[in-house]
Amino acid sequence: MEPILEIRGLVKRFGSFVANDRLNLAIRQGEIHALLGENGAGKSTLMNMLSGMLEPDEGEILYKGKPVRFGSPREAGSAGIGMVHQHFMLIPALTVAENVLLGLKQDRSPFFRFKKACAEIRELSDRFGLDVRPEAKVSDLSVGQQQRVEIIKTLFRGAEFIILDEPTAVLTPSEVKDLFRVLRTLKEQGKTIIFISHKLQEIREICDRVTVLRLGRLIGTHSLDGITPADLARMMVGRDVAAPVRKAGIVSQTNRLKVTGLHASESGVPVLKDISFRIREGEILGIAGVDGNGQRELSEVLFGLRSKDAGIIELDGEALQRQQPRSMKEKGVAYIPEDRHKEGLMLQMSVEENLIAKEYRKRRFSKGGIISRRRMRECADEQIKSFAIKTSGASVPVGRLSGGNQQKVILARELMLNPKVIVAMQPTRGMDVGAAEYVHKRLLEASEQGCSILLISTELEEVMALSDRIAVLYKGELLGTMDRESADRDRIGQLMAGIRPNASFAI
Amino acid sequence: MSEARSVNEKAERWVKAVVEVLFYAGAVLVALLAGGLVMAAAGVSPLEAYRLIWDGAAGDANSVKETLVKATPLLFAGLCYTFAYRSGLFNIGAEGQIYIGAMTGTMAALYVPGLPGFAHLPLCIAAGAAGGAVWAGIAGALKIFKGASEIINTIMLNYMGIYLVSYMVTGPMKDPSGTLPQSARLPESALLAKLFDSRLHYGFVLAVALAVILYIVLNRTVWGYEIRSVGFNKQATKVMGIPVSRNMLLVMMVSGAIAGIGGYVEIAGVQNRLFQNFSPGYGYDGIAVALVGGAHPLGNIGSAILFGGLRSGANAMQRMTGTSTSLVYVIQATIIVLVVCNRYWFGGWKRRLIASLAARFGGDSRPEELRAVQAARETALNVNKGEGSR
Repeated sequence: MEPILEIRGLVKRFGSFVANDRLNLAIRQGEIHALLGENGAGKSTLMNMLSGMLEPDEGEILYKGKPVRFGSPREAGSAGIGMVHQHFMLIPALTVAENVLLGLKQDRSPFFRFKKACAEIRELSDRFGLDVRPEAKVSDLSVGQQQRVEIIKTLFRGAEFIILDEPTAVLTPSEVKDLFRVLRTLKEQGKTIIFISHKLQEIREICDRVTVLRLGRLIGTHSLDGITPADLARMMVGRDVAAPVRKAGIVSQTNRLKVTGLHASESGVPVLKDISFRIREGEILGIAGVDGNGQRELSEVLFGLRSKDAGIIELDGEALQRQQPRSMKEKGVAYIPEDRHKEGLMLQMSVEENLIAKEYRKRRFSKGGIISRRRMRECADEQIKSFAIKTSGASVPVGRLSGGNQQKVILARELMLNPKVIVAMQPTRGMDVGAAEYVHKRLLEASEQGCSILLISTELEEVMALSDRIAVLYKGELLGTMDRESADRDRIGQLMAGIRPNASFAI
Repeated sequence: MSEARSVNEKAERWVKAVVEVLFYAGAVLVALLAGGLVMAAAGVSPLEAYRLIWDGAAGDANSVKETLVKATPLLFAGLCYTFAYRSGLFNIGAEGQIYIGAMTGTMAALYVPGLPGFAHLPLCIAAGAAGGAVWAGIAGALKIFKGASEIINTIMLNYMGIYLVSYMVTGPMKDPSGTLPQSARLPESALLAKLFDSRLHYGFVLAVALAVILYIVLNRTVWGYEIRSVGFNKQATKVMGIPVSRNMLLVMMVSGAIAGIGGYVEIAGVQNRLFQNFSPGYGYDGIAVALVGGAHPLGNIGSAILFGGLRSGANAMQRMTGTSTSLVYVIQATIIVLVVCNRYWFGGWKRRLIASLAARFGGDSRPEELRAVQAARETALNVNKGEGSR
């Protein structure tokens, strides 16, 4: 089949750094083609060249058989290439129709012909099953609907070739399903789609072929039939990605953290109901559940960020009276918050300053109220090396690091405390395979050294792979705890949906 | 490797500093040109006017001293704003805190008699600081306990402070031996000594010393770490177990204390009596001083002197030619606008310039983001080759 878009020997350099190194790629008409790669592999650079944001240094792009050179996204757009960015470019106060028309001339009329625009958009929406009302205000739409508005924007401009940059990163599972339905319709009607992602499961579900990039080079293009996720992960990371292995039989019988009858509420509405569990020394208790079922509240109560209505929290047999982040920290409880930017880091402060954020008062880093810069730097250099944090220096603001490396900074800081307990909330959210693997490895190491970990995650895979025991949180209730050996996906899946089998579990 | 990095870092830091200074100088220059246009439009020869302003501000030793006299209260006010700003608070109330500090300081000067100078003056300064601290603390407490905007409340407290002083000097604190609405003259023991036999007093030295101290506090101490952390991200600071509310209240009070000292210094160094409207808006100009000084304690010294020079120069110009001093405010405002542009609009351009210059002087020419990516790549390649140290 004749490729709709072909790339030959494409090179893009930034100074001495080669972001894209002689890439060759052919995209077929009417396929959904996945572009897979870790952060920094060169996916965005490549797509920015296709959509006219960047110009290549070498090589050529052939679109429908003819060499093209786009000076701007507008030029690419008029040729039929549209891009949906991860962060939407919509004006919330305007209607869908106004957003779609923004930057376009309708016809020669100086007036905005709202009705005509709406009719055209509705026609597109019906044809591709997008279910978008053109009169709706963008601020009233859900994230999934906003994404479909972005897709309409490209279609309205006549796109034949649509690039979606990590489209599922911002969506809930059911919205992902809707998106996939839309993508299939688009494909049926002859549109070609590039789907950028690092979620292997999704790629297998929706895409026809996959191209893997690593460190600016093209590793290969494969049909998705007969390729396993493990193969894809290896191509992406460059080595075998081992599933973390939990060694059995090292858990002692001593209770480290014991929670009994925990209740909490928010403005009168109960968010946690009668939660009881225990974690033994060196044990990982995984809490699975769909997002928004009380995970956040549970972690906040445990770390003293939210007050509880009732219940006892015991650490090493001693009941904790009033929890506050500071007292919990001093008792040896580490906390990996869900939202790195809001709760985990001071983004404008440097890597080294963030690393000491929990220990700056200790003798190790300050004396007489003065912080020792030398010791702070020494500590930072050590941690950067030990955790392979990718940064150009300890004094770089932590906000300039990639998400995965920011998470490593948090992890390094928390593990530096030699904690007795780690409350880890979604510790690998948004991280690519390699980085996530590393975080898992470090958490397992910590547990082998006797640290107890409460792992709260919405990714069932993660919970199943790491935990010694697994519990499911549903609408603020803990629906049963099971050993890893007896845990099977179906049973957990049912619990996550709130379906309780008649048997009761031992807690 | 680490040595090479430190050379790079050093070159880069220097280039960065030089470029920043040049940009600021450029802003001042453009502002002066704009001011010149306004003068020409008003029928005044810009060259002549600028010569007079320059003479008035820096023409001879006396005018330099006069500039520093004018810079002193501006520096206090600028530091007041800067300190609160670094913890994410907007203290627009330096003006009111100056008045209250001047009042409480004057009270200590007039009503605590019989102390020798070495004890009396520090007491008065402390009283001024306490007054300012309480005044700002009101807004701080309202913010922390009731969530009321400190911006609004500090502005409101300005009026209360100004009118309270008016009331005091027309009533309870009025000089019993005079008819004017002013306090009695401060006793010698409560006055700041003069420097070089001129109007310049030790208050300027005090202000500069305070700037240095604040710089050290903010950047080197445990408390400064907490303050900056609160300023950048309150929620994360809380999660780290650092007290947020307590720090905010403390910062607000210290910020007010700085302005309060500034108020008393103006009385004890220049006016020698407390009277109505002794401050022509130093508190508000302090915000501009802080802004142009990059909210950096040491940067405030430079910008306070610049604004002080413009003021004393403008006074000289008005005396000589009758041209209104408000022209200088046009220049001052233009500088502020350009500095804001500098910070928010020229960022990318400036970063590229710094990067390319740093490369020439042995630094690293890649922008920061790219460097991280490349470092990542090198690490990964090493791991692939089996050369990784891990």
